[in-house]
Amino acid sequence: MEKLSYERPAIRKMNAGLMNKFGARIENEPVTQIDGVPVSSLIRDFGSPLFVISEKQIRSNIQNAIRIFRTRYPLVQFAWSYKTNYLDAVCRIFHQEGSWAEVVSGFEYDKALANNVPGNRIIFNGPDKSGEDLLKAAKNNSLIHIDHLDELLMLIDIAGVHGLKPRVAIRVNMDTGIFPKWDRFGFNLENGQAWSAITRIMNDKNLQLSGLHCHIGTFVLSPSAYSAAALKLSELARDIKNKYGKAIEYLDLGGGFPSNNRLKGVYMPGSDTVPSLDQYADAITSALLGFGYRQDELPLLILETGRALIDDAGYLLGTVLTNKRLSDGRRATILDFGVNILFTSLWYDHKISPAQDSVQMTEDMVLYGPLCMNIDVIREGINMPVLEKGNHVVVHKVGAYNMTQWMQFITFRPNVVLVDSNMRTHIIRKSETIETVTMNESVPEQLKGKSS
Amino acid sequence: MKLKKNIATSEAGFVFNPGTGDSFSVNQTGAEILALIKQEVSPEEIIRILTEKFEVEADNAEKDLDDFISQLYTFNLIER
Repeated sequence: MEKLSYERPAIRKMNAGLMNKFGARIENEPVTQIDGVPVSSLIRDFGSPLFVISEKQIRSNIQNAIRIFRTRYPLVQFAWSYKTNYLDAVCRIFHQEGSWAEVVSGFEYDKALANNVPGNRIIFNGPDKSGEDLLKAAKNNSLIHIDHLDELLMLIDIAGVHGLKPRVAIRVNMDTGIFPKWDRFGFNLENGQAWSAITRIMNDKNLQLSGLHCHIGTFVLSPSAYSAAALKLSELARDIKNKYGKAIEYLDLGGGFPSNNRLKGVYMPGSDTVPSLDQYADAITSALLGFGYRQDELPLLILETGRALIDDAGYLLGTVLTNKRLSDGRRATILDFGVNILFTSLWYDHKISPAQDSVQMTEDMVLYGPLCMNIDVIREGINMPVLEKGNHVVVHKVGAYNMTQWMQFITFRPNVVLVDSNMRTHIIRKSETIETVTMNESVPEQLKGKSS
Repeated sequence: MKLKKNIATSEAGFVFNPGTGDSFSVNQTGAEILALIKQEVSPEEIIRILTEKFEVEADNAEKDLDDFISQLYTFNLIER
């Protein structure tokens, strides 16, 4: 007798609860390829887990952002936020598309130089610039964004001693109507510290006040906050012009635009809750154009957008290790990547897709990582087709922050592969080995030799 | 391992627990297994029957049965 085809036994409790008026669609379509390259061959060739970055998507994102802003305002410059993803290959794609570099440490500054970014196209932010960093940036004619008074005084000293004329801006923090207020960075506008710093700069014979900078927050979901920031910076620029006769060359509105990821605790997916880039562009450029600048004194608008330009160009591929049934009846699926390499799983409910055709029957489940730590939860609750050992999954929108904030823990960080615009694959960061991890360790003499 | 008293099952895959008022749906394989549990067939025998009737390896049938039975316990449908 011919055997019947098999479907794993399944039982589902029937709930007669209230209808969900939103009816959020569950997206469980398998994702079997990335930019035309099969997930199965990526994992076969480069291992699992594996970060994959789409060059095509990065280029499309930055080109789109430039178009959105330049069609509304004549003078726009993007600067790639290194901390969001400072893999050299990624940075160089942005630089090829015309982006300057925005760095926040000496390490990132040197990385930008090594990526052939001219010094005068590097914006140096952050509260931790050493004297050496400031000297180098001043010599390279970089845009130094001063964060605090000690840094300002140090730079005044350095410029005086070395006879340099550094181009500077101050970072201004202000109330833009959002919470939390980011008032720990830069000089506060409302309490007068920003104006004091400006006075100090204008009274110095060396420092050249070129711009004003702010960075009002991260994952800011309110375009009107940018409108408020653009207006307040413009008012400050006008006051500088009135008092010192000095026209400010640029306003840097920083970053903070959200990606389409879904923050934890938000019911609807990011695509339904996150304003479009056009709305942010409208808010900023309307404020600037409506402010009343003279046509020949319109400031350059600089944007340090990171997350919104890279998140959806990054994927994490992984493999199912096993399944378990938890004491409360929920299914638990254990994956081969943990929160240490998918750092953003602490902030987002990432969209995760099966990477192969699977049974239609879905189940609520918890997705765990492989770390021997109870906190290693990738998704606390997700409805997916049942995955079997060896099945692959694709985590979406992981391009921002994961490849800079990831931690080496218990095992090695994986390969990062770039799929270029011609569907060719390139390793842009090799997976670690035991040598990578131990190369900076040393063992005192008395601990060498055999263990007893 | 046996089905609790009063649990009503149908060949079409409907399960009803009059004690709690809960109802469940099972797929064809689940319905077959429930019918076997009702007859107090042992897990080893259920696996053998599944592998004879369906295109499935014994290892997979065992894993799936183990998972299915743990759900039946969670839903209070069977007892030891």
